[in-house]
Formats: sequence, structure tokens, C-alpha cells
Amino acid sequence: MGRVKTIARRSFLIGSALVAGGVVFGAYVVRKPHDNPLLEGLGEGEAALTPYVRIDADGVTLITPRADKGQGAYHVQAALLAEELDVELADIRVDPGPPSPIYWNTALAAEAAEFLVPAQGMMRSTAEVALGSAMKVMGIQVTGGSSTVPDGFDKLRAAGASARETLKLAAAEMAGVEAADTTTEAGHVILPDGSKMAYANLAVAAARIEPVTDVLLRTPEQWRIIGKPMQRIDIVAKSTGTQRYGIDADIDGMVHATVLMNPAQTGPINGFDATEARKMRGVIDIVPVTGGVGIVADNTWRAFQAAQAIEADWGAAPFPATMDEHWGTLAASFDEDHRDSTKRDDGDVEAALAGADEVLEAEYRVPYAAHAPLEPINAVVRVDEDAVEVWTGTQIPRFVQANIAKITGIDANNITVHVAMMGGSFGHRLEDEVVKQATEIAMQMKGTPVKLTYSREEDMMHDFPRQIAMARLRGAVKDGQVDTLDLSIAMPSITLSQLGRQGQPAPGPDSQIVAGAWNAPHDIPNHRVRGYRAPQLAPISSWRSVGAVSNGFFYNAAFDELVHQAGADPLQERLRLSARHARAKAVLEAVAKMSDWQGVLGNGRGRGIALTESFGVPCAEVVDVSATENGIRIEKVWVAAEVGTIVDPVNFENQVMGGVIWGLGHAMNCEITYTDGIADQDNYHVHEGMRLAQTPEINVHGLEVGNVVRGIGEPPVPPTAPALAGAIFAATGTRLREMPFANFVDFE
Amino acid sequence: MKLTVNGTPLEADVEPDMPLLWVLRDELNIKGPKYGCGIAQCGACTVHMDGEAVRSCQVAAADAEGAAITTIEGLGQPDSLHAVQRAWITHQVAQCGYCQSGQIMQAAALLESTPAPTDDEIDEAMNGNLCRCGTYPRIRAAIKTAAQLLEES
Repeated sequence: MGRVKTIARRSFLIGSALVAGGVVFGAYVVRKPHDNPLLEGLGEGEAALTPYVRIDADGVTLITPRADKGQGAYHVQAALLAEELDVELADIRVDPGPPSPIYWNTALAAEAAEFLVPAQGMMRSTAEVALGSAMKVMGIQVTGGSSTVPDGFDKLRAAGASARETLKLAAAEMAGVEAADTTTEAGHVILPDGSKMAYANLAVAAARIEPVTDVLLRTPEQWRIIGKPMQRIDIVAKSTGTQRYGIDADIDGMVHATVLMNPAQTGPINGFDATEARKMRGVIDIVPVTGGVGIVADNTWRAFQAAQAIEADWGAAPFPATMDEHWGTLAASFDEDHRDSTKRDDGDVEAALAGADEVLEAEYRVPYAAHAPLEPINAVVRVDEDAVEVWTGTQIPRFVQANIAKITGIDANNITVHVAMMGGSFGHRLEDEVVKQATEIAMQMKGTPVKLTYSREEDMMHDFPRQIAMARLRGAVKDGQVDTLDLSIAMPSITLSQLGRQGQPAPGPDSQIVAGAWNAPHDIPNHRVRGYRAPQLAPISSWRSVGAVSNGFFYNAAFDELVHQAGADPLQERLRLSARHARAKAVLEAVAKMSDWQGVLGNGRGRGIALTESFGVPCAEVVDVSATENGIRIEKVWVAAEVGTIVDPVNFENQVMGGVIWGLGHAMNCEITYTDGIADQDNYHVHEGMRLAQTPEINVHGLEVGNVVRGIGEPPVPPTAPALAGAIFAATGTRLREMPFANFVDFE
Repeated sequence: MKLTVNGTPLEADVEPDMPLLWVLRDELNIKGPKYGCGIAQCGACTVHMDGEAVRSCQVAAADAEGAAITTIEGLGQPDSLHAVQRAWITHQVAQCGYCQSGQIMQAAALLESTPAPTDDEIDEAMNGNLCRCGTYPRIRAAIKTAAQLLEES
């Protein structure tokens, strides 16, 4: 039975509760809570807690609803907790925790309600609260939007501080000393005589006293962990092959399955003949699943082999068959009927263009691209009579639970989801088709755990790729300066496609159609960014940095054309126009200094620069290339990003470098195209991303000038492509307006 | 079939054309080698066969018969790290970590044959190992550190 005491701390409340053999500390993020699985017996109307830390005989456990897909989410959360709790980082265990509607994601809501208010003013706060409430109602528990650090920064430290002070109080009462005379270190309370009491032995006592909540969080000067290089908690496991991922799950009695799906994604299956496949060694069963066939065997490879022996009659894709039709649909969407938003409209664009000596017009394209994390999509599902157990790497455990409940008719409370460590995601694991299919198969063999693994080919061809998008520029220059920039962007709604698959509404304009462009931190006299919602085409999904990846390219590429027309310098013109945007100006100045920017170069060398603000983070990048006999070589990249506070500088640098490599690799090399509604790319040889030999030297600088902590997983991606395009233009004179660039220039 | 994995003789009842990767993962429950592509394009399944780095997704079981196979588990464990693994930890290379077993096995084989590789030799040897998280700059640095560690030992 939980018992709670709280005080207000910023926008949330900290409390504690007794659990079996120990105590949990956490935050109240919902006033009228959903059921909390860790607090059984809580009466109707009583407050419940989102637990962040459990202390019991086993020690200290971080309970986290945030998935770790490789970005170090478990690690940075553990660091935040350890900072206040005075426990060694390496001694913190991680429990992904059962999916629960009490975990909701404040920071993601904040991104959805993006406002063009540089300071954290009242307008932004109000919108965050309003949208946060809406997400509470939906019970969303999503990892994404670079939100793990912003979401946990205050809450985890507050939970750690409250736990620490309460443990001190418990120790003081047991030892008959004053709590004020005790200290804490490495998982122990230190008594005045120097003797130590382990947290693990104080947990039950701590649960029986009122938690101490009037604790001031330590100031940055007092931090011993945050901001210092530290060893990631999973680094040894990930360097020794001992880290287990979802695909490594080995459940008693488990069988191995795969699926053969309509190669035209989401198209129907009209029938299939598995006569030959059934005769193959190790095949246990072959069953229909939604949109395809499930093959169950005693070994994954045997399931893959049997899948190849099935003859199926597939229906057509429910979207246009050819790329010409996809691009044609976008091209036809720039009209009033498809207008989704006009989030930026400064000055008088029409009058300025009418009065301009010359109007510059250009069109830009970004194709579909796959997420293709290296660990193929997989899930283990066991369906029993009235319960289901699932093991899978997912960013959306609540949707997983709800969808299994829908398919099986089993109460969601009896569906246990174990969130596994993920071998990458980049947005791919915001989808849960694999879980639905594994459930459909498992229902036909109750009691048997079914591990469903996609082959790489099935995975890539059914990836729910990045959006296809097109933009059109009309612009003009005046007196050597960018004077008018009118950017129109058309794409299908990512949000509608993605939430639609979860049966969720996506009302109102889709901010992702213009994200990363409309909020460009530039004061151009006549400045307009309009979004056009194209009809839904191939199903699409959030891809690392979402709308900003296409729009950051469109905006910066368009801006660069005007800069060139004006005869200005790409850095100086950006600096001039961002004078009133302190954080954006700071990252531009930083990257200029790091790269010793002397202009765009020339004679076979070239430099480009780009600036975007996404997920609240201004990020500026300079790319330096050479034109060699074998093609373009990317020599160096410099990155500056402002995130308020850097929790772990090592992980920060690694995330930024990864984001740059992600952005460059896909800008150069990757697209998903469709022929007869079927993806033409089915494996890494035709969707390569970046390899080691193409990787440039990358120099990273994190700025901490803002007063809001931000995540860094996605913001480095959007500036990469335009900075590269700018560099190639400077080196060769070739203006790239469409990805992937390798379709137009050679790379070494 | 009989094969020796990490010094232990093992048996598996599999068809001769089953790739070694799946013999290891699904028959012998050795999960360090990873499935990424199945066509030798990613290197996540890299193991050593008689000391050579091979893509285990491309080695038929019949061809592994009698060979000495070393997987990441056999290279070194958390309490007995190989120099390459120590370097990987020092540089905190991994993000998601899924490719790293293969990267480490590839790097260990490179350093076995080329103890002091140049930048170009590193690029060439490691170019077949894909990392979707983009840890390449750290992989380069870790290989140089590992080369030093091996030289010192």
C-alpha cells in the first residue's frame, strides 16, 4: 500500500512509497493518476507516483520508461539520479519498468507545441502545459523527439535528492543521531563516527517515514558527475558481446518465425501456396498474418529459407506505383486546397517580389529513406489463455500493449511488455507491426513463445520510411543582402501516417511539414514559410529529426542560393540576420571560430555552412570538401550546438558525431524508390549510409548558454545535407537541389 | 557437424548449407555474432575462423566443420578483456553497440596481421563493417590505441 507526501517543486511533485522490500522515490506527474502497477492497493482518488528509483536489498535501481535505442538513455538518466543520490554510477541497475499510463512525456509535448519565442516566456509554458495534458489523457509513453534528457533532468535529480535526504533521516533515527550530522557517499549514509549504513539496509525504514522533499538541488558548481566525462554504464557489455538485445531473447520453449509480406508495403495478400515450404526441414507451421504469411520453424534461417519457397498472390500497393506519380502528387500540392500552415509571414513577400529586379526560383527534393537500424525488427510474444508476455525493443510500449489487447481480446493489465535494449532505431521502433504479427502467430500456438525476426530484406522494404518532400523557393536580394525568402514545402503528413497506424487522431496542422524551416533564426525583411499537406502516399514515419531533415535542407539550400545571388558570404549573411537570436548567433560564431572560416574557398576546395534549430537546439555546421579525381571527398566537419547543459560530454560528442554521419551518409547515398509500388532497395548494398572510409574528421563543440536543458540525438542531422551541398557548390559550381547527392556527383 | 568454438568442441545437427551465423546463434546459443544483413554487407556477424576474420553469414556449416571458430565471447570477457576491447572501452566507442562485436573482431584480425596499421589500412580493413549509429571516428581512434596496447604487451 502506498503512502505519499509531496511538495511542489517546479511543475512536479516528489514523493516516496513503500514497495515490496524497499522504497521507491519518484514524481507525481498526473494529478488523477492512471493505475500504477508498482502501487497496488492504492485507493480510488489517491495520488500515485511515477517511480524513478527503487532502493531495496538489491541496491539502487533506476526505473525508466524511456527506451534505450543506443543513444545512452539509460546511462544519462542514471547519471542524473546518481548526481543527487550519491551512488556510484556503475552500481545503478536499470529496470525498463512495465508500461504504465502514468509515464507521460513532458518534453515531447513541448516540441509538438513549438513557438517562436526565444525566451521561455509565458506563451510557451502555457502551450506546454496544455499539450502535456492532452498527452496525459492519451497515456502516451513514447521515447523520441530528443526528449529523454529534457524530460528527466529535473525529475530524476529531485527524486535522487529526496531519496538521499530521506535515507539520511532513516539512518539518523536508527542510530540516534541528528540527520544534519550525517553525510552520504557511494550508496551509504556516513554517521558522525564514520561508520557506514548501506542504502539497501535503510530502504524499508526510509519507506516508513515521510520523504524529505524540501531539498535544494545541487548547483552546477557542486556537480561531481554531470558535465564530467564518465564511463557509459553499458559500455563494457557492448564491448564484449555480452549485451543482450531483443533479437537475442531466448525464452524457454521458444520457436523461430519470420514473415513474408506483400512487397508492396501494406498491400493485401489474396492467397498463398506453402506446399513446398511445409516440407522443408525444421518448418513447424505456416499461417496467414495480416498482409502476409507467418513461417514458424526451429531456427531463424530455416524460417527464412521456407519463406522463399512460398508462392503468394499479392494485391497492389494502396499508393501510386511509380516515383513520377509520387513527385507529381507533391508538385500538385502547392495550392490553397492543400495549405496546411503559414507559420512564418514577415514583411510583405508578394510586394517585395513584385518590386524585385529579379526573382530567383528553385525547386528542391528529398526522397524517401529507410531507418534500417542494424538490428532487424523483432519481437517475442507468448499468448496464454488470459495473459500475454512480450519481449521487444520498442519506443512505444503502451501502443504495443493496447494493440495486443485489441488482437487477443486479453485485458491490457495482463499483457506484460519487457522492453529490450535496441540495436538502433532512428525512429524505426516507433512502429509495432512486428509485434502485431508475432501476436497473430502466437495466438495460433498458445503457450509457445514465438520469436519473429524480419529478414533484412523484409525490414528494409517495409521500413515506413522518411517522408518524401518537395520545396519551392521564390526569393530576391537587395543591396547585396538577402531581402526576400518565400519557401513553400509540400509533403504528406508524417504525423497522420504514423498516428493513423495506431488509430490515433492527428488534428490540426502538422508542424512537422515546416519544422526546421519556419523557425529559422533569421530576420529577413520579407520572410514566409508555408506548409502544404500532400495526400498520403507511401506510409511514412518519424526518421531521425523528422520534418527538420528535409526542411533544414530546403531552407539552407534556398538561403545559400540567395546569398550567392547577393554576392554575400554564407556565414556573414547568416550572422547578420541572426543578430537578435542569441543562441543561434552563438553557435554560428562558435563554428566560424572552430573552422577558421575564411569564406567558401574554391579551386577544388569548398566550404559550406548551415544552421537549423530543431528540438529547441540551434545547431550550426561547416563542411569542408575537396574535389578529387575520384570524386568529392569530405575532409572535415565542425559542429556547434547549444543545449543548455551537457550531461555527459563523451556521450554528447558521440551523439553529435553520429548525427553528422547519419545526415551526411543519407544525404549522399540513400533513397527508397518504388517501382510498381514495391521498394527497389532491399539491403545495405543499395542503401548504404556512410561507411568508415568516407567518414570525415568531425569536430564538436557544445555550448551551454541557454537556461533550458535539451537533447542532442536529432539536432545535428538537419544542417548536414545543406552544409555539404554548399561545400560542393563552392568546390565545383554544381548546385545540388535533390538528395541523394550521389545521383548527381561522384563521391570518393 | 563438429566444430570448435572458443576452444570448446561442439556438435550441431544442421544441414551443410546452414550459415555458421545461424548455427552459432540458434543452435549453440552463442549470441555475440549478430545478424544484420545476411549478404556480407554489414559485418555484424564477423568471427574468426582459423584466425581469419570471416562473415559468418557467408560461411556454410560444412565449411566450418573442423575449423577453430572464435567469437567475441572467446576474444575476451568483461573480466579478461582483449586489448581491442580495452581500447573500445577507453574510447567509449559503442552507441547501440549492435555492430561492435563484428567491428571488434574485424579490428582484432587487422591488428593480428598488421600490428601498426596506417589510416588507409584501417579504412580499407574496416570499410565492410557498417555502423548505423556512426561511431567510426571512435573506431579509428580505438584501433590506434589497441595497436599501442598490443605493442606494449
